[in-house]
Amino acid sequence: MLKRVHFTKSWLPFALVAPQIAITLIFFIWPATQAVYQSFLIEDAFGLSTEFVWFENFQYLFTDEIYLNSFGRTIFFSAAVAFISMSSALILAGFADRVIRGATVYRTLLIWPYAIAPVLAGALWVFMFNPTLGIFPYFLEFFGYDWNHYLNGSQAMLLVILAAAWKQIAYNFLFYLAAMQAIPRSIIEAGAIDGASPIRRFWTLVFPLISPTTFFLLVINAVYAFFETFGIVHAVTQGGPANATTILVYKVYNDGFVGLDLGGSAAQSVILMIMVIFMTIIQFRYLEKKVQY
Amino acid sequence: MATISLKDLVKNYGKVEVLHHVEGEFHDGEFIVIVGPSGCGKSTLLRMVAGLETVTSGEIFIGDKMVNNLEPADRDIAMVFQNYALYPHMTVRENMAYGLKLRKFSKSDIERRVQEAATILEIQDYLDRRPRQLSGGQRQRVAMGRAIVRDPQVFLFDEPLSNLDAKLRVQMRLEIKKLQRKLGVTSIYVTHDQVEAMTLGDRLMVLNGGYVEQFGTPIDLYEKPASIFVAGFIGSPSMNFLPGHLANAHIELENGQKIPTTSVQQGDAIFGVRPEHMIVDENGPIEVVTDLCEQLGANTLVHGVLKDGKTGIVASIQGHWDYEPGSVLGFNVLPDNHHLFDKETQKRLEN
Repeated sequence: MLKRVHFTKSWLPFALVAPQIAITLIFFIWPATQAVYQSFLIEDAFGLSTEFVWFENFQYLFTDEIYLNSFGRTIFFSAAVAFISMSSALILAGFADRVIRGATVYRTLLIWPYAIAPVLAGALWVFMFNPTLGIFPYFLEFFGYDWNHYLNGSQAMLLVILAAAWKQIAYNFLFYLAAMQAIPRSIIEAGAIDGASPIRRFWTLVFPLISPTTFFLLVINAVYAFFETFGIVHAVTQGGPANATTILVYKVYNDGFVGLDLGGSAAQSVILMIMVIFMTIIQFRYLEKKVQY
Repeated sequence: MATISLKDLVKNYGKVEVLHHVEGEFHDGEFIVIVGPSGCGKSTLLRMVAGLETVTSGEIFIGDKMVNNLEPADRDIAMVFQNYALYPHMTVRENMAYGLKLRKFSKSDIERRVQEAATILEIQDYLDRRPRQLSGGQRQRVAMGRAIVRDPQVFLFDEPLSNLDAKLRVQMRLEIKKLQRKLGVTSIYVTHDQVEAMTLGDRLMVLNGGYVEQFGTPIDLYEKPASIFVAGFIGSPSMNFLPGHLANAHIELENGQKIPTTSVQQGDAIFGVRPEHMIVDENGPIEVVTDLCEQLGANTLVHGVLKDGKTGIVASIQGHWDYEPGSVLGFNVLPDNHHLFDKETQKRLEN
């Protein structure tokens, strides 16, 4: 049986997909190949001469302690962001699923943070936690805790994690809520009759049934934390203090545009690219197969 | 095992009252069927007994305990849902054991009960499968199994057979009835299917628009329907209703034909007769212009219209018959099979 529309004129399908192909070629494939090419070059700081060096940039990266530290930091950062934003979203969605009155208002308000630009989200948190002006350092002082993320690396890390996680909660919330509402009510009711408390029902029925969504969000959040948090880091800490919050994507920018090491920066972005490809493969290959019930 | 009583039960959704002062006393071990058209409130009533819907006013007793404010888990009930509501991520065994585990039964006790229930329902071979690997009928059995392992005081069934095909439905209907007899557990069964209701129920509660139209044994409902609604709902094909005027122990139909009755009442009334009680009789008082014959094998359904009138009539007669459209047939009805209803109140008129 024919499942697709068939065109009699052969040029029409090509014309229809041409814009998509053009966009992909110009904005994705071409810059990507340029980056790969660039990663094989070393350029002097004034841009007067370039030399083709094969994998020297990569070799250097993997012996560079600063880069390797940044790698480990990024993994910690991503894991923390994914965990905080997903668990908060899960709790909020769990409650939203039970809300009867004012549910739409509640949901709409929870979705708003997603519409805020990363830099603005970062600015918001910078103000709240500013050591001299911010409201949180003021409160923390009552407990005798000294907050200064300009000096303290762990505090700076905590702050970017919170800011990045906060922004992603809305997205995760939407998916979790949709997944929960797709569970037939009668299954939850059967659980209630079987004698499970609401919390028990959540962990033994709801949570396993939304596991495909959890896996999907895990990949999405990892990608987000790896690649889309540049704006937040830039606004909050600019990678400091002493590189404490320089995650990989920020280091690409820093080395390339501030340090003007274009070859090294390109090599880093190629590594990031490979990681994205890898994560996408995981998502496509396993999302539909692995998480089953 | 327990009695259930419903006392002056009312349910509101917002300002709309959907159940109006429902009363009912269900005996220990009785199989009660709540039947009615969709939207009549039958599922709501069942869910109130289960504790899944709040009670607006009135009281529900299970045994001698008022359960209005008890959680579903504390009412000692089990429910079989229309879509079975099996836990899709658990095996059949885990599905049945879930409630027992929560109630802190010992491991060996759980295993024994699951095996017992599985043997009764003949699902021992599927214990390690997931619900999606089972057919509709098997899922139905698992849902039943999950209900019986806990050995509850009350079974609640919410249209459990409506997702099965016709043949399986008849088979499962018998099995549910047998199982209920064997276990002797008080059961409430909700359905819109009058055949299911008649065959399963010890007593039937007919609901219409949130009111209890009649509550009685299937034979009571069939022989002495309390209202036109019950009369039309119970029995297939439906009872024929002929409007007329009662006077001098006769009812005069719209075409002027007179049928003798035993009633001493006067005034406008509806004369009811079931298709299977129409007897072909040349001199019978009910003359029908035939239209179409449906041969069902054992009997023939004759569709037609009252002669010189507008009212459609169906008669069910034994054997194979085929009448030309337009031929006139006379029918007689035994006085025992007459039903008279008040035209205004739609209620049954007694002699």
